[in-house]
Parts: sequence; structure tokens; C-alpha cells
Amino acid sequence: MSASARRRFISVLAGLAATPLWVARGVRAQPQPANQLEPLIAKMTGGKPVRRGRVTVSTPRLADNGHSVPLTVSVTSPMTAADHVLSITLLSERNPRPVMAIYHLGPKSGRATVATRVRLNGSQRVLALAQLSDGSFWSGSAEVEVTESACLDAT
Amino acid sequence: MVARVQLPQQARRGEVIEVRIAIQHPMETGFRYDPMGKPVPKNVINSLKVRYNDSEIFSAELGSGIAANPYLQFCTVAEASGELVFEWVDDNGSRGSERATLTVA
Amino acid sequence: MTSVRNPAPLLVVLLLAVAFPANAAELQKPSPLKSGVEFTGESARALEKDEFANPGMLWVERGSKLWGEAPRGNGKSCASCHGDAAKSMKGVATRYPRVDPGAERLVDLEGRINLCREKNQLAHPLARESDELLALTAYVARQSRGMPLAVAIDEKSRAAFERGRVQYNTRVGQMNLACTHCHDRNWGKQLAAETVSQGHGNAFPAYRLEWQSLGSLERRIRACYYGVRAEMPPYGAEILLDLELYLGWRASGLPVETPGVRR
Repeated sequence: MSASARRRFISVLAGLAATPLWVARGVRAQPQPANQLEPLIAKMTGGKPVRRGRVTVSTPRLADNGHSVPLTVSVTSPMTAADHVLSITLLSERNPRPVMAIYHLGPKSGRATVATRVRLNGSQRVLALAQLSDGSFWSGSAEVEVTESACLDAT
Repeated sequence: MVARVQLPQQARRGEVIEVRIAIQHPMETGFRYDPMGKPVPKNVINSLKVRYNDSEIFSAELGSGIAANPYLQFCTVAEASGELVFEWVDDNGSRGSERATLTVA
Repeated sequence: MTSVRNPAPLLVVLLLAVAFPANAAELQKPSPLKSGVEFTGESARALEKDEFANPGMLWVERGSKLWGEAPRGNGKSCASCHGDAAKSMKGVATRYPRVDPGAERLVDLEGRINLCREKNQLAHPLARESDELLALTAYVARQSRGMPLAVAIDEKSRAAFERGRVQYNTRVGQMNLACTHCHDRNWGKQLAAETVSQGHGNAFPAYRLEWQSLGSLERRIRACYYGVRAEMPPYGAEILLDLELYLGWRASGLPVETPGVRR
């Protein structure tokens, strides 16, 4: 076995030796099955097509803690009376409840940008669905890695 | 409910300003168990509405996917000096509100 | 000898624990001294710096209101004696835990607030980790933000300091680890997706994302006990105070960051 292969083998072994601590936590350690977002979105849009674009979801690539992940969603729109964003829906791929929030905006908003902090139940994609005043739907998404805490805390 | 609101001190007419609000609330998901093994009932702030000089400028429907001690930042166009009123309610029916004055030059 | 790049850190810690038993006579501080804020993730760091978005500030806000309210007692509020906290409480948090002049025992800031409530406001003490006590403690500590920690180790606090130092270097729990193993010998290294800090308390009470709430240094130390699978001392236990004193000495010079934001 080469030196680098040996090193990899040792670190895999060591990794296995280290895992029992957080696997022992049970259900939360296993990835949640993905939410069926397609049929849910279809219901929200009334079957209308959703185009990818104009919507940006910004999150850290690696969350510090799944309990609180900063998230900003922006939709490119002039936000005039004639052309503006009506609503932005935040959807989660792996949370027990797929709809995280629905924000209602309008021409008085000036800019279609909302920032908040979300809970993420494990590594997943977060999707934002925007409904525009012309009846069109647009979406954007971001991938977030969420890890378990290094040490258990029962306080 | 403890809440904090932040607006710019003053704004020019037509300027897009950032409005921020933070509320102390556990946003209890309903999936947790207490130390005795009993499920802790769900209780989240489910609705937040913001009015500016009596006209609704922003509203949000929130769920358990929003982090505890919810924080929100959104935008609005500064039109005339006046008051912003923030009102929210949680699943238990507890209501909260905050007011802030905006000076528009 | 082949150098192993980034081996499973927990295994390394365990090996070190076996190979190098804790020496109770050591009196050491990490060098250079670094606050926990340098070891948290980027967003936690940004959150701590953001005066408005920092969730701990919600407790500071509540504390500022409680400061002016009289609890059921003799009708005095904190403000009745102490006036403007920004002036009267400046520097106070840098000195705790301490044995106050005329007092008999060591108290942390939470304990001092409760002593004041009992003696000077004739009110019931607030429960540890209660929202009100956290709020008042965070509000008082915040008035010392940026000031260097400076706890006194003198003839009154020496016994507690010794107990804290010995405990800090004593193995506990299923994992048979002492505080020193992680926080003196392995700070800066990875433990799962987190970086081990030097174990200072200068940002407490702090908003810990894992707790989804502000919490005290006692709570954080208890969490560490649980982390190594040791029985947690109850809130208010003498050993927790002794450890807080030792940690305060160990962090001398680091600025008060309350309310900090940690994972």
C-alpha cells in the first residue's frame, strides 16, 4: 500500500472510530427524505411554468449551526406599479415542513430583497419561488451544508 | 414580547430604505420533547404585518422553518414622514407590536 | 516519520489523553490569547459584530428595561441606587467572579445581582438561566464591552482559584478528558466541522445558536461536562464558580464581548 493510501486508510478508520458519538443521536443523524417540492410548487402556481432566474438565494455554503442560518433572497424587478414582485416563498428540501415563509411585497417595497435566518434540518437545497405582477413565476436556489454539533449538549 | 426595530434616522423622499426587526420568540417547532419526554407544543409567530402611514407595505407568513428569535430585513420607499407600525401574532394568539418614526426630508 | 495530514481529530485527542496524563502542577495559559470569536464560523462572527442583528441584544434590551423597574420588595429598582448603568456599571463585569468587600463567598455576576436583589431590594433572587437574570446580567456585562478581563486572585479567592485550576486539569467523564486536553493542547484544531477554541468566557452570557437562546457561562461549562459524558454539576455548584474564576484568570486581558454569538 502506498504512503498516501495508507494515510487515507488510517484517517477513514479514525473517522469511523469517531462517528459513533453523533450517530448515536438517532433519527436526526440520518438524512431526511427529500420533500416533494414539484407537486407543491405546481399547486402554488396553479400549474403555470416556473422559470429559473431573476431570483437569487444567498446563504453561507457551510452553516455554523442548522438552528440559525442567515438567508437573503433577492428578485430582480423594477418594483413599479406596473411590474413588481407580489410574493416570495421560501421552500426547504429536507425540513419537516417544506414551506418556511411567504413574504408579500408590492410597488411600495422599492426593492425585492428580504433577509432572515432560517432553520435547516440537515444539508439541503433551499428554494425561493417568486410570483410577479404579470402572473409569471421565477425561482432560484442555494445549497447549504449543515453538520451536527461537534459535542453533544444536553443543557 | 421584546422586539427591536431599526430604520434610518431620516431619508430623502423616494429613497429605498432598509427596515429591520428582531423579536424575542422561541419559534417552538412542535417537534421537540421536554426533559420529561412530553412533546412541546408548536408555537411560532405565524404572521407579521407592517403598515407605513396606515398603508400595508410588507407582510410575512412565517413557519417553524424560521429560526428562533426571528429576524427580518426588508425594503420600503420613503414617501412622507410618519410612523411605521409592526404587528405580529403567534400560534397561541399572543400579539406583539412596535412603532417607529420615519423622518422624510 | 510520515506526517499524517489532518487525521481524525478526536482520535488524536484520545491518543494524547492516553499518552500525556494531565499534570496537576501546571499553570498555563494559551499563547497567543484568542477570544472564542476567532474560532466560530464566519456568520456567527458577523452576527456578533452586527449590533442590531445580534440576537443577544434582545436580552440586553430587556435588561435595560428591568434595570429601571422595581421588583416586589422595598420599591427600589437597580436605577434607584445605580443610576445610569452606562456609568455605574462600567468595568464591573471585568472583575467577576470575585469575593466582594465585606462578603464571605465568591460570586459571579449573576450571583452578585441576586445578592443585591436580596439585600438592597428585599426581593426574591432570580432563578439561574431565567430570562430576567440573563437579561440583567447581559445588560450589566455589556456596559464593560471592550474592557479587558481582570479578575483578582488574592488571599480571599486563592482557595477557589486552586480548586478551579485542579478541576480544569482533572479528567472527567466517559471520555476521561480534562478541559486542558482540548483547550490548552488542541485549540485551533478541528473537531468534526468545528474548530476547538481556547475555552474563554469573555463573551458570556452569550447567544449560542445550539441553544437558540442566550445562556450563561455556567450553562456553557455544564455543556462541556456533558460533551465528555460526565455528570453535569448543578447550576450554582461551587465547582462551576471555581472554574469560572480560573477561566477568568486564564482570559485576563481579553475584552468583554457580551453578548457574544457562538455556535
